[in-house]
Amino acid sequence: MTNPASPPCDAEAAICARGITRDFEAGQTTIRVLHGIDTDIRSGEMTYVVGESGSGKTTLISIMCGILWPTEGEVKVFGTDIYKLSDTELVNFRLNNIGFIFQQYNLIPSIDAAANAAVPLIAKGMPVDEAREKAKVLLEKLNIGNQADKLPRQLSGGQQQRVAIARALVHEPRLVVCDEPTAALDARSGRRVMDLLREVAVAPDRACIIVTHDNRIFDLADRIIVLEDGRITHDGKEMPDGH
Amino acid sequence: MLWIAIRMLTGDAQKFYGLLFGIAFSTLLITQQMTIFVNLVQRGASGVYNAPEAEVWVMDPVSRTTDVSYAMPSTALDKVRSVKGVEWAVPHLRAQANVRTAEGDLEGVAVIGVDDATLIGLPKRMAEGDKAVLFAPDAVAVDDTGALRFFPAGVSPIGARLELNDQRALIRGIADSIPSFTSTVVLYTRYSNALNFVPGTRNRLSFVLVGVSEGQTPAEVADRIEAETGLKAETREEFAQAGIDFIIENTGIPTNFGITVFLGFVVGVAIVGLTFSLFIRDNIKQFGALKAIGVTNGKIVRMVAAQAGLVGMIGYALGVIGTVLFIFGFSANPFFKGFYIPWQVPLISLVAVVIILAITGLIAIRSVLKTEPAAVFR
Repeated sequence: MTNPASPPCDAEAAICARGITRDFEAGQTTIRVLHGIDTDIRSGEMTYVVGESGSGKTTLISIMCGILWPTEGEVKVFGTDIYKLSDTELVNFRLNNIGFIFQQYNLIPSIDAAANAAVPLIAKGMPVDEAREKAKVLLEKLNIGNQADKLPRQLSGGQQQRVAIARALVHEPRLVVCDEPTAALDARSGRRVMDLLREVAVAPDRACIIVTHDNRIFDLADRIIVLEDGRITHDGKEMPDGH
Repeated sequence: MLWIAIRMLTGDAQKFYGLLFGIAFSTLLITQQMTIFVNLVQRGASGVYNAPEAEVWVMDPVSRTTDVSYAMPSTALDKVRSVKGVEWAVPHLRAQANVRTAEGDLEGVAVIGVDDATLIGLPKRMAEGDKAVLFAPDAVAVDDTGALRFFPAGVSPIGARLELNDQRALIRGIADSIPSFTSTVVLYTRYSNALNFVPGTRNRLSFVLVGVSEGQTPAEVADRIEAETGLKAETREEFAQAGIDFIIENTGIPTNFGITVFLGFVVGVAIVGLTFSLFIRDNIKQFGALKAIGVTNGKIVRMVAAQAGLVGMIGYALGVIGTVLFIFGFSANPFFKGFYIPWQVPLISLVAVVIILAITGLIAIRSVLKTEPAAVFR
């Protein structure tokens, strides 16, 4: 249920989150991680969600992309109230609309880069060979086309991250969610990955949310949402002073 | 997604081969032990199988098997011959005797006396010599177990003289027979000879072997013999089963083999369960990522089922092939003579493998299904 005081959803918003509250049980006590978050995420922008560890940023994007149920509140992604969908409908919604880039990449170690990048297409039922060919095109675009037949362990961290980016984009999702995409990379590689991500992931009809606390890349954001103790304390083009 | 599942499994060679080993070892243990068990207890019926012409076995009512019998008076033979439906009836003697070997050792043997005229009661084939050699005085045919036990390799027993219960016996042939449960050496001779070889008691007719007339069934004739003579009569199949049942009821063999088969099952569950759980745990992040991306729990279950199915198929095939090679490899050993793998045995081990994989697969998949997709962001 949303707070009556919450503002109405922006009709153009890719994601409209209203009154998002999330509690976690810790033994006998209940810890409230998010306190009635209201926010809209717009397409065509690279939106950063930043904050200290434990501020609730990962919980917030998990809820916004449909992999963690809020205790209260509603989330509309491209107009669909995702937590009113059945389990199977929600899984299919994610498959068709959302691309994920994880901090640890989570590539499957025993299949090559092209197959890893093709996973969402294979999951949608596309034949493996066809999906791999499509993924290879994207890997070319990400400048690792010549690594397509290599296993993840044969790739550097930056190359693995590019494969993860390809996997997030191969099925042309309308929302891309990245969790600390530069955390495992050195400054130069991180910067290069973010430039690349901006180049391929940001599009007029696609929203991109990035959870990070890497201040080396804050200047690449179109919008920065700062979370502190489960509340939004800043929402603007640049980081506020003192951060 | 099944392609990915199989690649995930085969890509981790250590665990893949560990799983294969677990299933193959389990299958081998279960199939091989059950095969030996079935063939061993069937030896309890070897006396019946070695007299293929007999359709009905007639005996004293207290007799239970070919080896546990109480002798009847010789008049029993005439009584049986007088029953309607009996085409022919011949005497059959089975007794214990002692043989002094060339080294001077004493060896217990079974003496089987077959019909003097027709030689009914002999095994179907002779490994060496002709059945007619038994018509010679003091002639005996030794079974192949005895040929190997009494004589060194390369030395033919034909023509050898035995001291059988202090009497002279000449080996004239080697019978191709199924060994008995205890692998006792068997000497075949004519009924009249056997009476001389075996120390006398008043009654010495162990069995009457019967062939039934055309148009009669062995069961009908057996019932009629029992009704008219007061003797016990069993069809070939009934008497063979009685021999098998006797072994099962009176030895610890079913328990011992049952324990081994159970251990094979437990070892399979332990090895496969542990390895499969480790495999799943090592890949839990990948499974979580797949769930986040949009792979349904149903597809995840099918992926794990495909992994278990592949391991099961290959491991089971290896285990059965191992059993076949074992039986084939030992086929020259007299203990394993005539051993075969009944079709029910691989079927039972297949069921065991399916149960092992179902148990271990369910345990492994629980952790995958319980993994929240959001866990990949932690």
